[in-house]
Amino acid sequence: MATANFKIWRGDTDGGEFKDYSTEVSEGMVLLDAVHQIQAESANDLACRWNCKAGKCGSCSAEINGHPKLMCMTRLDELPLEQGTTVEPMKTFPLIRDLTTDVSWNYRVKKNIKKFKPRKPDNEDGSWTMYQDDIDRVQEFRKCIECFLCQDVCHVLREHHLHDEFIGPRALVYTAALEMHPLDTEDRLEDLKKAEGIGLCNITKCCTHVCPEEIKITDNAIIPLKERVVDRFYDPVLSLLSKLFGSK
Amino acid sequence: MTEHEVIEHDVLIIGAGGAGLRAAIEASGSGAKVGLVCKSLLGKAHTVMAEGGIAAALANVDDRDNWKVHFSDTMRGGQYINNWRMAEIHAKEAPDRVRELESWGAVFDRTKEGKILQRNFGGHKYPRLAHVGDRTGLEMIRTLQDHGIHQGIDVHMEVTVVHLLKDGNRVCGAVAYDRERGRFKVFHAKAIVIATGGIGRAFKITSNSWEYTGDGHSLAYHAGADLVDMEFIQFHPTGMVWPPSVRGILVTEGVRGEGGILTNSEGKRFMFGDIPDNYKAQTAADPEEGWRYVLGDKDANRPPELLTRDHVARCIVKEIKAGRGSPHGGVYLDIAWIKEKIGNAEEHIKKKLPSMYHQFKQLANIDITKEPMEVGPTTHYMMGGVRVEGDSQMSTVPGLFACGECGAGINGANRLGGNSLSDLLVLGKRAGEYAAKFANDHGATQVDNEEIDAAKREALAPFDRQTNDAVGAYQIQYSLQDTMQNLVGIVRKGNEMEQALEEIDKLKKQAEVVGVIGNREYNPGWHTALDLKNLLTVSEAVTLSAIARKESRGAQFRDDYPEKSEEWAKYNNIIRRRPDGSMQIDRAEIPEMPAELQEIIKEMG
Repeated sequence: MATANFKIWRGDTDGGEFKDYSTEVSEGMVLLDAVHQIQAESANDLACRWNCKAGKCGSCSAEINGHPKLMCMTRLDELPLEQGTTVEPMKTFPLIRDLTTDVSWNYRVKKNIKKFKPRKPDNEDGSWTMYQDDIDRVQEFRKCIECFLCQDVCHVLREHHLHDEFIGPRALVYTAALEMHPLDTEDRLEDLKKAEGIGLCNITKCCTHVCPEEIKITDNAIIPLKERVVDRFYDPVLSLLSKLFGSK
Repeated sequence: MTEHEVIEHDVLIIGAGGAGLRAAIEASGSGAKVGLVCKSLLGKAHTVMAEGGIAAALANVDDRDNWKVHFSDTMRGGQYINNWRMAEIHAKEAPDRVRELESWGAVFDRTKEGKILQRNFGGHKYPRLAHVGDRTGLEMIRTLQDHGIHQGIDVHMEVTVVHLLKDGNRVCGAVAYDRERGRFKVFHAKAIVIATGGIGRAFKITSNSWEYTGDGHSLAYHAGADLVDMEFIQFHPTGMVWPPSVRGILVTEGVRGEGGILTNSEGKRFMFGDIPDNYKAQTAADPEEGWRYVLGDKDANRPPELLTRDHVARCIVKEIKAGRGSPHGGVYLDIAWIKEKIGNAEEHIKKKLPSMYHQFKQLANIDITKEPMEVGPTTHYMMGGVRVEGDSQMSTVPGLFACGECGAGINGANRLGGNSLSDLLVLGKRAGEYAAKFANDHGATQVDNEEIDAAKREALAPFDRQTNDAVGAYQIQYSLQDTMQNLVGIVRKGNEMEQALEEIDKLKKQAEVVGVIGNREYNPGWHTALDLKNLLTVSEAVTLSAIARKESRGAQFRDDYPEKSEEWAKYNNIIRRRPDGSMQIDRAEIPEMPAELQEIIKEMG
């Protein structure tokens, strides 16, 4: 057993500061364990979210030594503990208290995206015929655990605060999952171009780097959506064809 | 008295996992004004952690499957003390509920013919679990969530209910606080659906998150509803055992469904050594037959690793106690061995069990495609809960419904893997449907302001108490977890459980004077203090029921009564609150099964 020091941000909308805590650490511990230990030992009212403790629910997002990560999947033996470890809330969202932030914006954004609209069932029992090859890419997007780390790190939101003009990487991955769903018949390209601001993304891939599910957000979701938008609105031939035949 | 916000709904649903969401979708679809309350953010409930799949007799992989086989498997797994009506409805309606998920956007893994793929699981005769790799729960909750948000449901996130309000016999509302600011909300509702999940946090080693504090069980009990089968707690055979901080985290049964084997320190596949009589005819004779089953050979029987969870968990405990365990007190679960059998084993494992691969790699430095995992039993699922009527899911209190893990009956003495996700959908839908109907058929109710004030006073009391000499909320919770783990765990004894009751009584007294520091804004210390009442209530109910059932059946193993008793095959244990507030245990005779269902069980052997 060794003792490690942590600087955890404590405070609310009126302000706050880093506070020093130390706790015993043992082999295999993750940062969330240390935070829980501190909570039980010396800071009963330390606010943090968590649920599954196995990287499946996306509740315990925080900035650890400045890096956006899930606390439950950050092993202490990967951190330079002797230098002390800072733990702070995500910066892109309004603070509630300590490590918790108000992420409700993400839920509002999602609600505005047109919902799944399947074609008529292929079979009499109400089912569809789909092959694994057709759904592999959608399944990648559906791995998303909504930890919102990609939203946290996206500079359009984090630095430029364009929350009203840009829906962010998470919502784009959600849109990609719908747009590339083999059964879906809805058209979301106009929304993507206008209200959802896909053009604001300049593909720096910060979101991809922090995704704990290793979804290739930029390459597999955002760029193909951008291409669809470009094809529709900026390609003269396709644009004419779609006007003539109304294809998606 | 502190102020509160009043919110009116026709139907209030407490809990937003699979069951609560499905109930909310159904109730709002029938025109009711629906409120959905959850302790976490939407989409984070425990359903998200379910891995293996949804059991439904779609017969996509084996055309011999149908609802009758599923029904019979469920009853056999539950050792025939299940609510047979629920098991029947569940087996019949599960396929429609799965197809419905697909129509709402779920993307299940596919067969070569382009149908929903189904996998093998413990206790299921045929491959029956619709799945998405090993993240089926995520797919299910996200599908329900993304469908539900367009249904006009009012979602109240990070809100905890502390008390159910009554008007005469009927429930009429709930007192709650929001976790963010600590402000009170009072919900008025004509019908209430409880879908709060389980009680795993009463135990030290558990696969469950902080939310699983038995809130729904306790709320219903204090509102006068009967609880049933509270002695039956499922210890999942395979939880992680190392490193210490991840002890208890679930390792999906899907590992065994895909061909994973259990071995001891001598390298022996010990499950072949102990096969219960009623499963002998369905179990492989040797490893070779077991592997053929995994490959889909219809003439082969399933390997003994896929026996029911209660049995596998006990076999693992036996190996460990006999000194044949792994270095960190578990046994080995090996999926890497399939490389002897198939060429692309590494890729196959990563494709079928991606989150297991990820979980072990990241948390334990183990590559499961190359080396075995160490696993041991973990508290996983509560078979017992609110006693409900099979068709409607209504409890013994008019207007109060329960579904999902906190509703009880379908699983009897042991749940089959995969039957939970299907139960959430089938019985969640029914709870929502009948709750909306109840709200529509019954007039308005009156809430009692004094009752509201009393609930608020009780919730705020910890702030007024001294914290200096008193035992802290976290410490009381830890003591309870130790007590339940050590004295009411996998192997039970009458005298130890009596000792547990004394301990629970002592902890109750400590909880009555527990104080908290800080203020009401997002204060986990306060939340933990309030959860204690629920944890202590369910722990007492579990212990009383386990003491009363003087036999071993399903998940209950009594060292002092190691055999099944014919007498106890006829009864379910019932827990209810006496008017003086003390806990009463009673037993209810299981109604006779209709002839046609008896016939099915006979037919299936």
